[in-house]
Amino acid sequence: MVRQRPTRFTTAGAAVGGLALVLAACSQGSATRSEDTSDAAGESATIRYMNFSANDGNEENLDEIVAAFEEAHDGIEVEVETYPFDEYFTVLQTAVAGGTVADTFELNYENFVTYAENGSLAPLDDIDGSAYQDSLLEAFNRDGAQYGVPTSFSNVVLFYNETLFEEAGVDPPTDEWTWEDEREAAEQLTDADAGIWGDYQPVSFHEFYKTLAQAGGEFLDDDASEARFNSPEGVRAATWLVEKSGTSMPTEADGAGTPDFDSDLFADGKLAMWHTGIWMFGAMADVDFEWDVVVEPGDAEKASAMFANGAVVSESTEHPEAAQAWIDFLAASDVTTQVRLDASWELPPVADESKLSDYLDVTPPDNRQAVLDSLDNVVLPPVIERQQEMQDIVTEELESAAAGRKSVEDALDDAEERVNALL
Amino acid sequence: MTPRAGEPQLAPSGTIRPEGKGRPGWHRRASSRSRHVGWILFFLLPSGIPLLLFTFLPMVSSAWVSLHEWNLISPMKWVGLDNYAHLLTDPGTRRVFANTIFYIVGYFPLVYIGGLGLAIVLNRKLAGRSFFRAAYFLPVVTSWVVVALVWQWLLNPSNGLINQILGFFNLYEPGWWTDPAWAMPSVILASAWKDLGFVMVILLAGLQTIPHELYEAARIDGASGWKVFRHVTLPLLSPATFFVVVISLINGFQVFDQVYVMTGGGPAGASQVVVGEIYELTFRYGRAGEASALSWLLFLVILAVTVIQIRGQRRWVHYA
Repeated sequence: MVRQRPTRFTTAGAAVGGLALVLAACSQGSATRSEDTSDAAGESATIRYMNFSANDGNEENLDEIVAAFEEAHDGIEVEVETYPFDEYFTVLQTAVAGGTVADTFELNYENFVTYAENGSLAPLDDIDGSAYQDSLLEAFNRDGAQYGVPTSFSNVVLFYNETLFEEAGVDPPTDEWTWEDEREAAEQLTDADAGIWGDYQPVSFHEFYKTLAQAGGEFLDDDASEARFNSPEGVRAATWLVEKSGTSMPTEADGAGTPDFDSDLFADGKLAMWHTGIWMFGAMADVDFEWDVVVEPGDAEKASAMFANGAVVSESTEHPEAAQAWIDFLAASDVTTQVRLDASWELPPVADESKLSDYLDVTPPDNRQAVLDSLDNVVLPPVIERQQEMQDIVTEELESAAAGRKSVEDALDDAEERVNALL
Repeated sequence: MTPRAGEPQLAPSGTIRPEGKGRPGWHRRASSRSRHVGWILFFLLPSGIPLLLFTFLPMVSSAWVSLHEWNLISPMKWVGLDNYAHLLTDPGTRRVFANTIFYIVGYFPLVYIGGLGLAIVLNRKLAGRSFFRAAYFLPVVTSWVVVALVWQWLLNPSNGLINQILGFFNLYEPGWWTDPAWAMPSVILASAWKDLGFVMVILLAGLQTIPHELYEAARIDGASGWKVFRHVTLPLLSPATFFVVVISLINGFQVFDQVYVMTGGGPAGASQVVVGEIYELTFRYGRAGEASALSWLLFLVILAVTVIQIRGQRRWVHYA
């Protein structure tokens, strides 16, 4: 799950960011907007769209959707700006602050709350809610106002290298597996001399909140005023995450956690099991071994992470109608659905599940049903206002435990104290 | 009476001498002073405007921002001096300043002694001297991102070149940037290597200004090599050394790029420095007010250290 892992960015980025801060400080509110000849009432308008999910392989698919939209909407042009996920939210934050944000932009569920709360989104009127899955539409609703439409969703499954399992004579995973089964298989499959590792699961906030749910625990109390993860279930989940490091999973010193480390390892045929998102289907389509996926193993319960992305209209746009027409098309048009399915570019948020049937026919992996089955037990990440700090704290404390600098208990004690200070 | 420009001067004989031919006419007129100022300002514009827009204005506005709570997006909220109060009591602030000072204390001796050694060697008449001078200067003009990535690879705990060599001799292999205790030393090593050439060039220039006669005189007086170095070279090199100290300390307090690329401030914050914290507070956590306050604290620290150095220089800097 490289995507959730923020990496460091270059100094140039920092410089640009710093400049944006400065400009924002001196000229708040003055916006550079698309220069258009007229408004959206049927005449010409140029709509900018900032996004991260087309980055790294789906740029052409997004272009295809844009072309179809422009053909259907005479006079509206869409200008796409695509950024890597790691940098996207920094770019977006400075663009909003500097008044240069695009008319429409992509947000994920975790960051949506921040932007909805601070008044940078325009409420959407007359959205045809029936086109979307209810839970996804609900994710982009704040205090009764619809501020965004879901554009795609994805989840995490267990990828496995069938060839390695066969060679080692180990039974391949099933949807019924538990952590115990995974642990045993991982240890049998690890072959340090051959450089083959049994398992890879990032030590991170996103993995922790999910495994915590699998162990039957909860992260925050109901009104998000207190951390609840420092519990016997929390210790169990954290232990499961960190104990693999160095036994059946590569350590930080081996390079774990650096960009593309896990995907390269799997693509090289040196990783037997891999917890990652379905957005990797495309990248792994042409590897020279057999692989498949199953629903992630559970513990006391089954629980799967889901990532929902949506599109929103900036409060500062001069063409709210054209902007809304674009994100509506981007989210729910048949063209989009077809493009996403053909490319296995995450999943379209459509209510009509029969439209998803094509998705199951594309291989690899054979067991795409596992993607849909995982949705039966979805657990969404806990969201608070100081989201990024909370995520960083939990990841940092778990990494300390994984590297053996702290016991799991101490790491959770410290994480609890630091997270409570944010609430 | 001192003759003033533009006034006809009395020659010793008492006759009035005409103005020199070459003098521009406008120089003489009474209204020339204001014209002068106008031209000066005009020629200063190209550097003055950017300085005003990108240095002074941001400084003033960051002071303003530091009195607010601001996430860059929502309207600013006045909090007075709360940000400063919070920073001064926050153990995180102490930690980043302590890390930064640790960096300077480790970095400066390495880069100064290394740079001085190189300068002395490359001041002699050696074959290929120009080549070596250029070679040692090359890292100075190389991008920090490139250098940091190379050092990250060299210092890779499991398959890096340095640990492989240490392992070959059965020596202790540190965890380098993956170990909290070694993360900052890793950064120091890379930084000293990169800046060695800069210090070398400054000290080389300093060495070349020392008059030969002094060395000859010292030798005639029977001074040995060490004594010459101690009593001639070092004192006369002190202006160059002073420059290196001031620049290195200012740059040291502002260390960022190498930390950001090599360790990202980790593991577990063990190598986080002040500027790194300012960056993270602003662009990762949306706490621009606190970050601005921290910038001003850093400014005050650098100002204090520099003033102390300039005061203290009288005791040890000798201008020939």
